[in-house]
Amino acid sequence: MQYQSQAVAKPYFIAAIGLFVGQILFGLILGLQYVIGDFMFPEIPFNVARMVHTNLLIVWLLFGFMGAAYYLVPEEAERELFSPGLAILMFWIFLVAGALTILGYLLVPYSGLAELTQNSVLPTMGREFLEQPTITKLGIVVVALAFLFNIGMTILKGRKTAVSLVLLIGLLGLAVMFLFSFYNPDNLAKDKYYWWWVVHLWVEGVWELILGSILAFVLIKTTGVDREVIEKWLYVIIAMTLITGIIGTGHHYYWIGAPEYWQWWGSIFSALEPIPFFMMTVFAFNMVNRRRRNHPNKAAVLWAMGTAVMAFLGAGVWGFLHTLAPINYYTHGTQITAAHGHMAFYGAYVMIVLTMISYAMPMLRGRTAAPSNRSQVVEMWSFWLMTVSIVFITLFLTGAGILQVYLQRYSGDPLPFMVVQDKIAMFYWMREVAGAVFMVGLIAYVASFFVGSRDPEATAVAGDSAAA
Amino acid sequence: MRGILMDTVVRHEQARPGYPPGDLAIWIFILAELLVFAIFFAAYAFARSGQAELFNHYQATLNRDTALFNTLALLTSSYFVVRGVVAAREGNNALCARWLWAAVAMGGLFLVIKASEYADHFAAGVSLSSNTFYMFYLSLTFFHFMHVILGMVILAAVAVKAGRDGYSPDDHTGVETGASYWHMVDMVWLILFPLVYVMR
Repeated sequence: MQYQSQAVAKPYFIAAIGLFVGQILFGLILGLQYVIGDFMFPEIPFNVARMVHTNLLIVWLLFGFMGAAYYLVPEEAERELFSPGLAILMFWIFLVAGALTILGYLLVPYSGLAELTQNSVLPTMGREFLEQPTITKLGIVVVALAFLFNIGMTILKGRKTAVSLVLLIGLLGLAVMFLFSFYNPDNLAKDKYYWWWVVHLWVEGVWELILGSILAFVLIKTTGVDREVIEKWLYVIIAMTLITGIIGTGHHYYWIGAPEYWQWWGSIFSALEPIPFFMMTVFAFNMVNRRRRNHPNKAAVLWAMGTAVMAFLGAGVWGFLHTLAPINYYTHGTQITAAHGHMAFYGAYVMIVLTMISYAMPMLRGRTAAPSNRSQVVEMWSFWLMTVSIVFITLFLTGAGILQVYLQRYSGDPLPFMVVQDKIAMFYWMREVAGAVFMVGLIAYVASFFVGSRDPEATAVAGDSAAA
Repeated sequence: MRGILMDTVVRHEQARPGYPPGDLAIWIFILAELLVFAIFFAAYAFARSGQAELFNHYQATLNRDTALFNTLALLTSSYFVVRGVVAAREGNNALCARWLWAAVAMGGLFLVIKASEYADHFAAGVSLSSNTFYMFYLSLTFFHFMHVILGMVILAAVAVKAGRDGYSPDDHTGVETGASYWHMVDMVWLILFPLVYVMR
């Protein structure tokens, strides 16, 4: 660790992993509720479990992004963080607010929570993914502003690099787009229209900048390839990301009452969204092949390569599957969407946060570059267990989705929703088994921080470097 | 035959060691951009095949004279860019900057003319929702319009660096990079103009 203040990243990473475990736990409950409808009812009804599952995902990824920024920015800016104290304060505010919100979801009926938090003053609740009470949303804005101030001041006062600038633009965009969660028009078409400005422009816009910059940072550090080369790629990738991603918002506007031209705009531009992801894959493998040294933290390099591949598959390929308007006419809102959602979130955002944690955690825990060999072996097991099981979850949900589309919307004699749900139950069972394997992988991941932590640090094997 | 071809390739590469000109990254970007336009053009052709009469009817409402003028403006700008690259290759930074600024000015002229066309359309109540032809016409030309702006920004950045004596005969990749992008913007218009304005 080059700068003392990078240490503030550690609690953020620990909280992220903790909430990740919670997310998967609720995912398992939720998956079971697909086949045993009254499982845990009335304590944890389906809608609550789903809300907790998705909200925890967002919150822990945000913890991960913030931790990544606090670790990365001082090293890029070549100076201490502007205010480590502020970073720690914001950590606790965010954690307590997040925990209270989740407890609110679990302990109080949702309408009661709305009443309790004075939602009527500025109504923002009741919309998918933006279920948080208004007061929590305000808290998120405060935390985001303080965080941006802290990061921004550090960058402004220090060395400005493409990596930190792209990261800053991404984080700024994240905060700005979130403001649309406060806009809640009565007109349902308008409501959905702007709702996507948060949801879509986050994951298919500004978050990709965050992803790109973190990936670039880790590749610079682990491969030793010239910064200039990596930064050039970063620029090309983010330019393509923004061109395709921003207008690609149109693929959500096909059937919500927006003008018809969105069917063309959305289809054309979002069909091209896989390109920047493909570039990212080529870029990551290219850089690793051109590496000037073998980094002793092999697990971190594995995560980085995994991100590049899985983001392309999950976000790129599985997104393309149902992005064209004539296809989406049949598939929207089916299990095809769920399949894409799972692999895209895992491949792009879960994996990039885990990449950063894998790279930074050894230094945050007092190592010079890497954890012990034993620890890395367990971590790489967790990589494969989680990655392979998410592939299976995605395949099973895709199978469920195709069958669902056919039975419910395409066949000459369409069946009702719930009848179809019964007929595709087999896929849900298989998905649940894959989910359980994912949990095993996650437990292995957590264990990797404790296994071999007293062993000596792993060292690079000199012989197998391509460039050496 | 094959030997002659190989000779040509070899001579070509010897004559121009830096091939393709400019940075490889810009070529990846150019290819991606061309793919976007290609898909857009294909979608246009697909949509037109179903309603050729409607397309022909509304195509007649476009102002072909101003579009031809704009074509000439872009071709001229590309010529200026070529002169700028030659100047940079010869180590004359000041001259390079002047040619590039002239190209930027021609780009500006294009924008002004195109904006006046848009103003006429909007005054006539044309919008993206008017009909499929106008949807494509406005989308394609506006998407290209944005590329002209981006190309001008790139050329201006190169011109500023040239003005500060930032290039040399040995190292002027930046000029060739900017020039490559600008020629792409020009070339797309050379397809767009006949396709949308002229072909029936």
